[in-house]
Amino acid sequence: MLMEADGEAKLLAGGQTLLPVMAFRLAAPAILIDLSGVQELKGISIDDTGVRIGAMTTWRDIEDDQRLRTAAPLVSAAIEHIAHYQIRNRGTIGGSLSHADPAAEMPGVVVACDACLEIVGSNGMRSVPANEFFLGPLTTCLSADEVLTAVRFPPWPATRLWAFEEFAQRRGDFAYAGIALFHETGATGLVENAHIGLIGATSVPRRLGVAEAALNGRRLDGETIAAAAQLASSEADAEDDIHASAAYRKALVGTLLERALKAAAERAEAL
Amino acid sequence: MNITLSINGARIEVDVPPRMTLCDALRQKLQLTGTHIGCEHGVCGACTIIVNGRAVRSCLMLAVQASGATITTVEGLAHGDDLSPLQAAFRRHHALQCGFCTPGMLTTLHALLTEEPYASEERIRDVITGNLCRCTGYIPIVEAALDAREAYQRSRESAPL
Repeated sequence: MLMEADGEAKLLAGGQTLLPVMAFRLAAPAILIDLSGVQELKGISIDDTGVRIGAMTTWRDIEDDQRLRTAAPLVSAAIEHIAHYQIRNRGTIGGSLSHADPAAEMPGVVVACDACLEIVGSNGMRSVPANEFFLGPLTTCLSADEVLTAVRFPPWPATRLWAFEEFAQRRGDFAYAGIALFHETGATGLVENAHIGLIGATSVPRRLGVAEAALNGRRLDGETIAAAAQLASSEADAEDDIHASAAYRKALVGTLLERALKAAAERAEAL
Repeated sequence: MNITLSINGARIEVDVPPRMTLCDALRQKLQLTGTHIGCEHGVCGACTIIVNGRAVRSCLMLAVQASGATITTVEGLAHGDDLSPLQAAFRRHHALQCGFCTPGMLTTLHALLTEEPYASEERIRDVITGNLCRCTGYIPIVEAALDAREAYQRSRESAPL
């Protein structure tokens, strides 16, 4: 149907973004294709290859799945920051990722987690790493005849430490910035495999490679945390917008990273 | 487009334009004007209704998407002239002033307490962050919800989900 419509059609997932956009007359697609009846796009499966979440799975179904609290804890933790109760009852993970709002939580989480996005189109199926999926604000690598069908997260080791921190003006609002991070602790007590996903501050969700490098191979003490926070601040290529200045956002990124690293360290004590 | 759905226990068939929102269809086609329309873009929560057991914003659904659904609107909460326990608690606690947000507050809290009759004050406050009220300051609304929990707990015991 997408191909027949020749660019005139828009896929309707949960509608929690597309319908407001249409209400504001910012979009008026000639044809709407409602995916809500496609059962194959719904559901969560977990096995030793990781977690697979169908694109039409609602936030609510993800929130309710207790297995994800250990199998994909960053996904579970991000949900409570996503919009409100009623929105989570209809909004879908695939809709949010395809919309690619840089201020949304899940794009940053999938980038931080090295997730792969499964895409089906007229040329068959392809799997795209999350960091190649997002091209710009509201822009993805999906072509006009393609649909995102599922997200695949690699297996999550039980000893991995993680944290999700964001700052929003009001509960449920889009965040000014957010951090989704995880790392492991090697036998010598040093940080390994640090992954820091940045949400909201930049035009596409991205990892903070410089700050990650400053953590790997170090002991997670006050000095390391402060240094990583400083680097994250300068690495975050934030811009001014109507909500906050670039300087404010950069400072916020450092603060959030510091909070997240401390929260992750507290999880280590609980293990 | 013709759709058939169940609203407040009645099977209803209605002809709606394909792009009509569900809240407009309820109010204009079915004269169920208890559902209020505030912002029309999913921010204020006034238009909340319960679709297949879940509280949703009826301004963010097209009416045709509700084909086959089971819907409860604010009109479906009372039993005849008897207010539901939640509605009665709203009245006791003066949980409304102008009343514009009330249908959305009632449907949201009814869905929540039906599923989670032991919801904590924190949980209740978190859930109604999706509903704007400009009069009450929320305190009497939260008090009413806390007060109504007992009735939901009793009905859960007599008819477990």
